[in-house]
Amino acid sequence: MAKIITVTSGKGGVGKTTTTAAIGAALARTGDRVAVVDFDVGLRNLDLVMGAERRVVFDLVNVVQGDARLSQALIKDKRVDTLFLLPASQTRDKDALTEEGVDKVIAELSSQFDWVICDSPAGIERGATLAMRHADIAIVVTNPEVSSVRDSDRIVGILDAKTLKATRGETVDKRLLLTRYDAARAARGDMLNTADVLEILSIPLLGIIPESPDVLKASNFGVPVSINDPASAPAKAYIDAARRLKGEELPVQVPTAPRGGFLSKLLRRAA
Amino acid sequence: MSLWNRFFSSSSSAPQARERLQILLSHERQVLGGDDLLSSLREDILAVVAKRVPCDREAVKVRLDKGSPLSILEIEVEIRGEVASLGRAAA
Ligand SMILES: Nc1ncnc2c1ncn2[C@@H]1O[C@H](COP(=O)(O)OP(=O)(O)OP(=O)(O)O)[C@@H](O)[C@H]1O
Ligand SMILES: [Mg+2]
Repeated sequence: MAKIITVTSGKGGVGKTTTTAAIGAALARTGDRVAVVDFDVGLRNLDLVMGAERRVVFDLVNVVQGDARLSQALIKDKRVDTLFLLPASQTRDKDALTEEGVDKVIAELSSQFDWVICDSPAGIERGATLAMRHADIAIVVTNPEVSSVRDSDRIVGILDAKTLKATRGETVDKRLLLTRYDAARAARGDMLNTADVLEILSIPLLGIIPESPDVLKASNFGVPVSINDPASAPAKAYIDAARRLKGEELPVQVPTAPRGGFLSKLLRRAA
Repeated sequence: MSLWNRFFSSSSSAPQARERLQILLSHERQVLGGDDLLSSLREDILAVVAKRVPCDREAVKVRLDKGSPLSILEIEVEIRGEVASLGRAAA
């Protein structure tokens, strides 16, 4: 039986897909069998971030509708051989996914993998609720910014109301992943800091991913950032988050401002 | 903003953000709570009330006290002005 993780946020563009790929790859690197599933029907992107876009033949909707077997749709990663991708379809028909269909696919994945990681679409509509339906763990991806925090709060409420766990009277294990964290701005007091967000959302912290050009670089190459350059700051943060998911107790490092002293900051501000 | 300020004020806006969020979310958690039943009920009630008396979204609060064997649905609608006169005007 796999642990089912849903990566969700409410707000768009905060780093869900980046996170799904990075944590999926980091977990798979430890030898665990991992399936990452793109629930963003109509706007698939996980295939691109994982560099598998040219190998997509069948997708989630094909499997749900019985047009392909799961084994035909799963794409094995070229770098980590315990990592698999189930891509989303490009169809614009959002109703292509049904609860029963998703239940069947998740059950089948669950029997074959150690981890199933569902990349949720933005929003709080059907696509997002289907993606979180089976979650044991929800990674709530949040940027330190008012609208993202507000939407995350909303998602936390929905996780407590609309998941299978919630309807069984259990609770989904919710973890905050603070992403695109800009240490310099937090130090200046121009950005909500970690303590602020934690206090407001009051769910445990899974990790803090710094804002970094390495993320864009990795996605340009089509390699999950956690394995593209494992020594880079965001890679380390994602690898640590994956280890915490596996039960390790690691202290969370709050990113510190990179070099560039007072003078350069002054100059930048004056410009 | 003056040049002086741009250079030297620690224009920290984060405390503002935190305060606004705390106020907003304590409200939204009550009225939305992610629970579909409650938010649909709220919308329905708002529509019914607003037909007769002016009433805005924030004025309708719906809470469900889940219990067993009895749950209590609590509905609170704030209406500004005098209801009697409003009622006649709308009729
Ligand atoms: N830590 C980071 N540092 C810098 N850029 C980042 C970081 N995390 C994500 N990004 C960038 O932000 C953009 C959005 O990321 P991503 O696609 O992962 O978000 P998403 O939440 O999946 O979006 P959507 O809601 O549209 O599915 C991408 O261009 C990505 O490269
Ligand atoms: Mg995405």
